[in-house]
Amino acid sequence: MAKQIKVSLIGNPNTGKTSVFNLLTGLNQQVGNYPGITVEKKEGVCKLPRGVKAHILDLPGTYSLNASSLDENVVIEILLNKKDKDFPDVAVVVSDVENLKRNLLLFTQIKDLEIPTILVINMADRMSRKGISLDIPLLEKELNTKIALVSARKNEGIDELKKLILSYASIPAKPCVDALTFAPEYFDRLKKAFPNQSIYKLWLVITQDVNFRKIDKKKPAVPPDFEIKSESELKRFQQKETIKRYQFINQVLKKGLIIDEKAATGLRARLDRVLTHKFWGYFIFFAILLLIFQAIYDWSSYPMDLIDEAFAWLSETTKSVLPSGPFVDLITEGIIPGLGGIVIFIPQIAFLFLFISILEESGYMSRVVFLMDRVMRKFGLSGKSVVPLVSGTACAIPAVMATRNIESWKERLITILVVPFTTCSARLPVYLIIITLVIPDEKVGWIFSYQSLTLMLLYFIGFGAAVGSAWILNKILKIKSNNYFVIEMPGYKMPMFKNVAINVIEKTKAFVFGAGKIILAISIILWVLASFGPNENFSNAEEIVTSEYVDLSQEELDQKIASYKLEYSFIGYAGKAIEPIVAPLGYDWKIGIGIISSFAAREVFVGTLATIYSVGSDEEETIKNRMASEVHPVTGNPIFNLASGISLLLFYAFAMQCMSTLAIVKRETNSWKWPMMQLIFMSVLAYVIALVAYQILK
Amino acid sequence: MKVTIANLKKGQRALIKEITSDTIPLKLLEMGCLPGNEVQLLQTAPFQCPMYLTINGSHLAIRKEIASQIEIEII
Repeated sequence: MAKQIKVSLIGNPNTGKTSVFNLLTGLNQQVGNYPGITVEKKEGVCKLPRGVKAHILDLPGTYSLNASSLDENVVIEILLNKKDKDFPDVAVVVSDVENLKRNLLLFTQIKDLEIPTILVINMADRMSRKGISLDIPLLEKELNTKIALVSARKNEGIDELKKLILSYASIPAKPCVDALTFAPEYFDRLKKAFPNQSIYKLWLVITQDVNFRKIDKKKPAVPPDFEIKSESELKRFQQKETIKRYQFINQVLKKGLIIDEKAATGLRARLDRVLTHKFWGYFIFFAILLLIFQAIYDWSSYPMDLIDEAFAWLSETTKSVLPSGPFVDLITEGIIPGLGGIVIFIPQIAFLFLFISILEESGYMSRVVFLMDRVMRKFGLSGKSVVPLVSGTACAIPAVMATRNIESWKERLITILVVPFTTCSARLPVYLIIITLVIPDEKVGWIFSYQSLTLMLLYFIGFGAAVGSAWILNKILKIKSNNYFVIEMPGYKMPMFKNVAINVIEKTKAFVFGAGKIILAISIILWVLASFGPNENFSNAEEIVTSEYVDLSQEELDQKIASYKLEYSFIGYAGKAIEPIVAPLGYDWKIGIGIISSFAAREVFVGTLATIYSVGSDEEETIKNRMASEVHPVTGNPIFNLASGISLLLFYAFAMQCMSTLAIVKRETNSWKWPMMQLIFMSVLAYVIALVAYQILK
Repeated sequence: MKVTIANLKKGQRALIKEITSDTIPLKLLEMGCLPGNEVQLLQTAPFQCPMYLTINGSHLAIRKEIASQIEIEII
């Protein structure tokens, strides 16, 4: 295979870098992680003319090479290390025509690294509307680069970009400005100390830690006689460097960029007047939240019912088609219900990510951050915590990762610690099934039903728990940290269908395969544990039950045998062992097993109950019906009644039952202290609240 | 008394004077908050914080604490 051209896409956030990436690679892309860290790594292959292929790496968005977060640091780590396998043959800096001035700052820094660099000026379709005209040949000359004028939205200019990538060897690789002229003496000495190295790279390495505390230090050794400047002096130098770069950029753009203010239309200003309004801004935000909840509960219930029935049918058909035996039982009673428990999530997760990516893509999310900052600060959070808390309603894992752009460490830590309280999509199936079992299906008014109100209440409880604990943590935690906060307010854009679609597909896929593996493995283990027993009580179940109940019909007898077997299986013994602990909460041993197995991941609960209840049952039934027909052996009341149901709902609302979240919190905080604190605090809280709820309602 | 961005009224424009403090985050400078550049207050959230500004053509929001460290000359 011919060598692929290695391309790095670099750019400020909100420049449409991802759109350009999607256009270059199509669906030919994969999302992973950089080794050892949880920064998302997006890469793909692009077909160029003449059969050449390019490997495209979409680096995290950054405003400059002076990293202030883990994501931004990845960019520097790769671009500074020629031996890195991702080190590019050519860098493509994506800029937005409306923010060209600011975007060029990063461009001049990349140029200083002496990598062949192409400048993409994106959103060219907005130029005439904004009254912007560009002198491309002049800009190419002044910036010493090749420019591709692209409109990702209209799919224009991508072919030109591909041609430029193909001819990367002839793209200029020399800097366009010398920004390190403000302290000649210092940089002369630096040059003498490291005669063979690029001054700018040295400067980057020296200043890397000023804005960003790296977790592991891999600095090249500085000779002992080299004078190290104080942090404050270095910061001054960085300010001066930035000013130098802007002076150059202003000078270039004065000639190359003309804005006719009169031609510009003020859609942004008009939208902002409403969306950031002191009353209407909040009103619209809450209306949008309401719409999202309605979508998750109401709209996705139709495909979910279909999926539930389809899997019941599939299980039944497989059973009748294949010859009976332990292997077929494993498929029909273990694997198929287990898979059903995963697939049933897809509609909700897809809806959630659909809304979140539309809000992000349109630029609205920044307005929410702006509106909520003041409120959130009262609780020790930042306006930027809103994004994690909202994404937390999909999944806590991306939410914890989304805290990275919170500047203040204290606000970020608190956000990480409280995010798992928000109602993630893994809690939804548990909520949905219990709500349908114990809350009456009646309407209040004309739109809302008790059931959807209960669900909304649970979301508020989750959010309340998050904000409440944040308030407490803010009082307890004694962490000194800066409280600065800078957020770009991007222009409004119509979300691009392709970007939204790819995002929804990627995120759903990641969830289904990530969680799916765990769920599938656990369902198989559970099935084995439920299908075998340690002693004769299990193997002789048929005889024991038949001799005990002589006058029962065959059908009733079969059911008795099945439940007797389950009781004396391995899982039955395990469940009985923990029954005393969960009994005060109103649960029987089967729910106990559900809870234990969901300590790995809460979504396992429904799958577990499905597996447990379908072991030995022959009828085609949905999980819901099976659960509804469970009765308490002593009282004869349904197991899932109002008291135990509410108690279970509250338990799942507060408990920390997700190993993946704990793992991600450990990674992001770089210590076991915080995830362990989370686990203990949330579990105890969940137990106590569920206990109180059951004892009051029973 | 120093006049800073925190003193701006909605819609008012000003020029940024010298930036003297090293507690002003570099990121803000990188987004265009530099001496000589024009700043305009577009909107504030309730209680005047955060402040939604346009600086040097960039639209951004900052908290009042930082805004009150950036000296300006109202035009």
